[in-house]
Amino acid sequence: MTPVLQAQNVSKIYDMGTSKIEALKGVNIGINKGEFVAIVGKSGSGKSTLMHILGLLDTPTEGEIILNGVNTKGMSEKQLAAVRNSEIGFVFQTFNLLQRTTVLDNVILPLKYSDVPSTEWVRKAKEMIELVGLQDRLKNKSNELSGGQKQRVAIARAMINDPSIILADEPTGNLDSKTGDEIVNNFLRLNSRGKTIILVTHDNDLAQIAQRRIVLKDGSIVE
Amino acid sequence: MIYIPETIKSAFSALALNKVRTFLTMLGVIIGVFSVVALVAVVQGFQNYITDQFSALGSNLILVTPKVGEGQDPSRSFMGNKLSLKNVDTINLYLGDKVSAVTPSIRIAKTAEYKTKTYASTVVGGNYQSYSVYGLETEYGSYYTKFDDSKKANVVFISADVKEELFGERNPVGEEIKIENVSFEILGVAKPKGGTFDDRIFMPDTTLKQAFNVDVLSSIAVKIKENQDIDELMHEIKLALLKDIKADDFSVVTQKDILSSIDQILGVLASALAAVAGISLLVGGIGIMNIMLVSVTERTQEIGLRKALGATSKNIGRQFLTEAIVISVGGGMVGLFLGYLSTLAVKSFLRATIPWWAIALAMSFSIIVGVVFGTYPALSASKKDPIEALRFE
Ligand SMILES: Nc1ncnc2c1ncn2[C@@H]1O[C@H](COP(=O)(O)OP(=O)(O)O)[C@@H](O)[C@H]1O
Ligand SMILES: [Mg+2]
Repeated sequence: MTPVLQAQNVSKIYDMGTSKIEALKGVNIGINKGEFVAIVGKSGSGKSTLMHILGLLDTPTEGEIILNGVNTKGMSEKQLAAVRNSEIGFVFQTFNLLQRTTVLDNVILPLKYSDVPSTEWVRKAKEMIELVGLQDRLKNKSNELSGGQKQRVAIARAMINDPSIILADEPTGNLDSKTGDEIVNNFLRLNSRGKTIILVTHDNDLAQIAQRRIVLKDGSIVE
Repeated sequence: MIYIPETIKSAFSALALNKVRTFLTMLGVIIGVFSVVALVAVVQGFQNYITDQFSALGSNLILVTPKVGEGQDPSRSFMGNKLSLKNVDTINLYLGDKVSAVTPSIRIAKTAEYKTKTYASTVVGGNYQSYSVYGLETEYGSYYTKFDDSKKANVVFISADVKEELFGERNPVGEEIKIENVSFEILGVAKPKGGTFDDRIFMPDTTLKQAFNVDVLSSIAVKIKENQDIDELMHEIKLALLKDIKADDFSVVTQKDILSSIDQILGVLASALAAVAGISLLVGGIGIMNIMLVSVTERTQEIGLRKALGATSKNIGRQFLTEAIVISVGGGMVGLFLGYLSTLAVKSFLRATIPWWAIALAMSFSIIVGVVFGTYPALSASKKDPIEALRFE
């Protein structure tokens, strides 16, 4: 069986004129369908860079990303946007919700860039919001929510187009440990329903819950 | 796929998040469109005022007006002019056998009231001969007489629209209307003549002077006999009047002459308007561009997020462009509305109207300003790298 997502010999060099930073060095990764993988490493080891490249937000300096057997190299900006929209669900450390916008509208956002007819938007969004247990907060503005609730909205938003992969970059980084555990449980629940999840974290303990750990050090995979 | 109404909806909600700023940004366009629309309406009102004076006057009419030639201040046709009743007598004295009727003419905008109804009308003061000079026809009753002129009787002869508006279908002869709390008895009603001629109330010039304390003649209208040569007679009138007043103080003209000199004045006003419009819309547009650029910077993270969730550069660009257009078109609409209010404010002394082309022009300029000054901020938004944008954390 081919992996859902493959990184082949991926390097990333940030060229800043006077100096160059080699953030990733020849990274090879294969993620199978339904897997829960943790990418761990110290701050600055290249985790976020890797996640952006895996999520097709950024392009590698060298190497290729293959998603569902399709090589994404050479895709146009428009094609990449469409693939991100339908195949990738992002969850960020800082939640990244639209300010002073309702839970419902935040979750609907990815649908606005999809082919889903607008008549379906509210129904689909409500379904996802229910999945993360926020059905009685539909009309609340994002700034009226606690950190944990915000992150659950972000998870609902990531799930709405039923993506092949959820990419979460330090999703518990801004939460207290109890709330963080709740969020992790949300991911575990999604994974048990078959969703492929990549969790990026600097926290070794947190990484223990994953089926597999990929450890990054100075831009290379060390185990 | 994002379709247009959805983009507009998002633009509204984004702009609603910062209402004060949105309003201040609109202000430039509001002031621009308002000043243009208000000025156009005033010019139009001025044009209405003047063409009202001459429309429906036949080709056998000669008008003596206070001078409104080149290098002269047009306001002199309203005030400070040297025409007087003596000039009317002079024309009668020297040219009585060649003219069939001569009347002074005083025009003022006044509101007539009957019970609870009101009508914004042009009150025209003239002698009993004005009936013939203006080519009026009678529907009900009769015109006032020489006797009414001399005793300054509070009597009026009203036009078709005035009657229609204040009395509906019935015959109002014998009723009294009030103009600025002075009562006037209706002697008669004119048959409809069409256009601006139908909003008038005619009364003896002597009555008008006494009732409203007006002392300037708008013009003297002379109706010539059938067999007379109009150019020759114009010359003779001029010579006769030179016995009373200086050549610089009056013009003897036909309707055609006057309309062409009005066109000249309006031409100058129109180019002044174009300059005002251009400058104010430019200022408004720069204001929009400035705020949109600030907004793009502030919303860098939002842009990155939207791209991560599947927005293309085109989606982002269109979103910001739509916001700029909504601001400028919104400003245009508010400016238009304020311009309309300003025509109501001046209604009592000028029949100012907003022509349809001014509405179309104001709206299309607003759209153009939005597009022109929204494009650069929209482009810079669309070019934001999502990675840079998300690294704000
Ligand atoms: N846009 C960028 N420009 C220049 N250097 C960058 C950029 N993004 C990341 N880096 C550098 O790449 C390295 C890896 O960063 P990052 O992927 O954010 O690590 P992590 O997420 O593991 O903390 C760091 O040295 C960082 O400074
Ligand atoms: Mg990071």
